[in-house]
Amino acid sequence: MATAVETLRDTPFTIGGRTFHSRLMVGTGKYQDNETMVRAVEASGAEIVTVAVRRVDLDRTKRAGVLYHLDPKRYFLLANTAGCATAQDAVRYARLAREAGFNEFVKLEVIGDQETLLPDVQGLLEAASILVREGFKVLAYTNEDLVAALRLEDAGCAAVMPLASPIGSGLGLLNPYSVRTIKRRLQVPVVVDAGVGTASDACLTMEQGVDGILMNTALAAARDPVAMAHAMRLAVEAGRTAYLAGRMARREVAVPSSPLEGMLD
Amino acid sequence: MTDTIDITLNGERRAVTRGVTLLQLLASLELDPRAVVVEHNRTIVRRPALSDVRVAPGDAVELVHFVGGG
Repeated sequence: MATAVETLRDTPFTIGGRTFHSRLMVGTGKYQDNETMVRAVEASGAEIVTVAVRRVDLDRTKRAGVLYHLDPKRYFLLANTAGCATAQDAVRYARLAREAGFNEFVKLEVIGDQETLLPDVQGLLEAASILVREGFKVLAYTNEDLVAALRLEDAGCAAVMPLASPIGSGLGLLNPYSVRTIKRRLQVPVVVDAGVGTASDACLTMEQGVDGILMNTALAAARDPVAMAHAMRLAVEAGRTAYLAGRMARREVAVPSSPLEGMLD
Repeated sequence: MTDTIDITLNGERRAVTRGVTLLQLLASLELDPRAVVVEHNRTIVRRPALSDVRVAPGDAVELVHFVGGG
């Protein structure tokens, strides 16, 4: 698979000046246990893994955080601002995350509606501007709106992350056209974040030409998260390779694949 | 003068030793300073400064770390 992509001379996947081999990023939440999470992350082949910032449980301080299970030297930790509903909260979480000392990247989420967890674009722009000024590399989780994506790019975001469908919904890529348009119009990497449910969703998403995908629930909530992680790895590679290969034109009529000559009388 | 004071630690009221530094507070909770980030009255306190900052009555201290997330 890697050989095929090399043959097609894929462009490097670079975000904020750092180059990654895997176009699949995975979250670490909602797994039934840490051992399954670690095995799924390994099977996905992801280099970038997302983590959240939360209070230490003071009654169980011996229960270490996620870093006890994931080696920060092996994985690139991308902290998120999940759960934040205002720009101010998101900035506060981002600063705390950076203080943990791994990198200056942050997956910026500002949630505007608790039922759908859809992003608050105004809050995103406000937080992104502040964080970019403070030297953060901001990857902004946004909806599949071209104008919002353009504004986030203008604000200095290192990547824009339109959703496939709402967080944790598993509804797949609802609007391929919008995601394709965002990819066509932006200079910064476009990474689809949220909504992918199974391997075909991931493949179809990558076939739109986007630079990568971030997913969490599709793995964590699968009956076998480790096997699904493997399937997603293949699907992302397949979708990317198919995009680079260039699909055939769609036709409304059949065209035979076997020669018409040499048929028996 | 009592030898404890009340602070708000991770959103909950808690009695701690009067004059305790943030570093001593972490030690009393069996927390490794390298594994947590400390916010004192909404200001992040960097690791080398943890032994310089003493908590006062009514202070708000937040101790955070990374957990699984998407």
